[in-house]
Amino acid sequence: MSTLVSESLLQQVLGAFKEQGVSDEPSFLVEARQLAFERFEAAGFPTVKNEEWKYTNIHSIINKPYALDVDVDIEGLDFSAGEIPQLDAYRIILVNGQYVLAVSELENVKGLSVIPMDEAASEPAFEAHFAKYADKSDNIMVALNTAAFTNGVFIHLKKGVVLDKPIQIIHVATGKEDFFAQTRNLIVVEPNAELELIESFITAEGTANNVHNKVSEIIVKENAKVQHYYLQLAESVSRYFNHTEVYQEKYSLYNNYNCNFPGASFIRNNINVRLDAEHVESHLYGINLTAADQLVDNHTIVDHLKPHCESYEWYKNITQDKSVAVFNGKIFVREDAQKTNAFQQNNNMLMSDNSSVYTKPQLEIFADDVKCSHGCTIGQFDNEALFYLRARGIGEESARILLVHAFAFDVTTRFSNEVVRKYVEELVEESLRTN
Amino acid sequence: MLSIKNLHASVEDKQILKGLNLEVKAGEVHAIMGPNGAGKSTLGNVLAGRESYEVSEGSALLDGVDLLDLSPEDRAREGLFLAFQYPVEIPGVSNINFLKTAVNDIREYKGLPPMEAKEFLQMVKDKQKLVEFSANLANRSLNEGFSGGEKKRNEIFQLAMLNPKLSILDETDSGLDIDALRIVANGVNELRSKDNAFIVITHYQRLLDYIVPDFVHVLYNGRIVKSGPKELALELEEKGYDWLKEYDTQNA
Repeated sequence: MSTLVSESLLQQVLGAFKEQGVSDEPSFLVEARQLAFERFEAAGFPTVKNEEWKYTNIHSIINKPYALDVDVDIEGLDFSAGEIPQLDAYRIILVNGQYVLAVSELENVKGLSVIPMDEAASEPAFEAHFAKYADKSDNIMVALNTAAFTNGVFIHLKKGVVLDKPIQIIHVATGKEDFFAQTRNLIVVEPNAELELIESFITAEGTANNVHNKVSEIIVKENAKVQHYYLQLAESVSRYFNHTEVYQEKYSLYNNYNCNFPGASFIRNNINVRLDAEHVESHLYGINLTAADQLVDNHTIVDHLKPHCESYEWYKNITQDKSVAVFNGKIFVREDAQKTNAFQQNNNMLMSDNSSVYTKPQLEIFADDVKCSHGCTIGQFDNEALFYLRARGIGEESARILLVHAFAFDVTTRFSNEVVRKYVEELVEESLRTN
Repeated sequence: MLSIKNLHASVEDKQILKGLNLEVKAGEVHAIMGPNGAGKSTLGNVLAGRESYEVSEGSALLDGVDLLDLSPEDRAREGLFLAFQYPVEIPGVSNINFLKTAVNDIREYKGLPPMEAKEFLQMVKDKQKLVEFSANLANRSLNEGFSGGEKKRNEIFQLAMLNPKLSILDETDSGLDIDALRIVANGVNELRSKDNAFIVITHYQRLLDYIVPDFVHVLYNGRIVKSGPKELALELEEKGYDWLKEYDTQNA
């Protein structure tokens, strides 16, 4: 139902929750929603007074009304902007977090189930894991999502199943009136299974202003492996709150590749990884190329809870025009987590005088036998290198592209998927050309 | 080929070149010597188009085209090459990709199609051999981890790849031991032809034992104060530069 009244988003979501009828969802879910709602109602939207939101003022986004749960026309919806050339993948299309369109061949993959969230609550793995992780973080946007998400996907990969190709989720934003949408995903990867997940974000042509609050919980069980890509390609009318909570069991591997490109005017990613068993490995990579008046804020937490784990984080920001990039990287090494290896690096390149970067490495170490390192650099374009290339006959634009590639290179070479790496490198190039 | 007339240039409001004149014909090698601060490197940088240098007067025509009106890349595309005194290391830009981009950008400027990959790699192989530059370039970043000598040899290798009309070697001999010096000089001698020309900027006569110039010019206080045959280099080596002061005041 669409209700558009001239009030703020806060009043709207509170009102909508209280006015909703009797739910047909199982009681554990109803209860989780109720608890989350109470948390959100007490706290409200975060403001810049909150340290975690210091550089990310959302006032102008939430201080107006949006349509909630609007019915949209998905007939003939064009999602080609999310297609990756030469990528062979199982594809899922998620429209405004509401409609789930999955390719039919997914049904025949042995050991894999992909179920829309609104039909998944009866699955035992759903009940075992839903809202058990993200809701423990201090991000209040998760509470809002838990209380009122509409749909999303539940992906369950059974024990020992190694998918022959990646799953790509294309998130499409579309609608003729300003709207607010909440997507919820739950991904459970059983022991020894391997998943490659690629999420692309796009905006359909002619879409009104839209705000998304998305939460994904990912459970990586013993010796399972997950490669997870974010490719943010949406348009300026789209704004995203995106929370990813990863819970890892022993000998598991989780790699996140977070790529944001010019377009969406507001992006706040929270990526939290909990290494809650021995011999866990996690890698977080980020390439953020910003332009116009974009704000791209990446908050990450790597939480070492047990001994003998390794984490590796490397974020690169390249800012153009008047854009702003924020990086906040927390690493916790808890008292039990002896023999931890944790590495973090954040490099920033400011391409214009008017762009800015706020970066904050934050290490909290409570164990005494650990190896932790972090580094952070902020620099401008290397004019000496630029002149060298131009003096060899390379045009200024090509020279700039070569140099930005070179800057991003340390991170893009870590990509596990060659096709995606190439695609991302081309997107970097394209983003520089249009400027 | 190159005709520099009354060139005045400054850097950060400091006048460095004060009316420099130089004529270089195809097939010739010119050496430019002079004390520190005379403006030797400025000449190379001004011709190549480095932004921090301001030209206030004069012209520099390469086969009739005024270089001073062009962007650095267009000067290179017109056939100018500056071998840098301090070649830049660029991690993440591969040697091969860099060369391919340069070769093809220059070809595009001349209205030629991009070079076939096979042909390009063959050329890399041939030119490496020609200038005795055996460094493995595949999968290596531009100048990254190269020794001083390797960087200078890479400059000569690039010169061979781009086949310019006029090359300026800016103190290419600095920091080279005698073996590296000989290899660099041999490379240049291999590339000398009746159709191209070289300007060799150096402090020391030593390099000119290997790259024998047709003319030696002495640059002093922003002007060429004396020109002569190759023997002038020996005279400079012997007497130093102090005696040039009188030339400077005479011409002033």
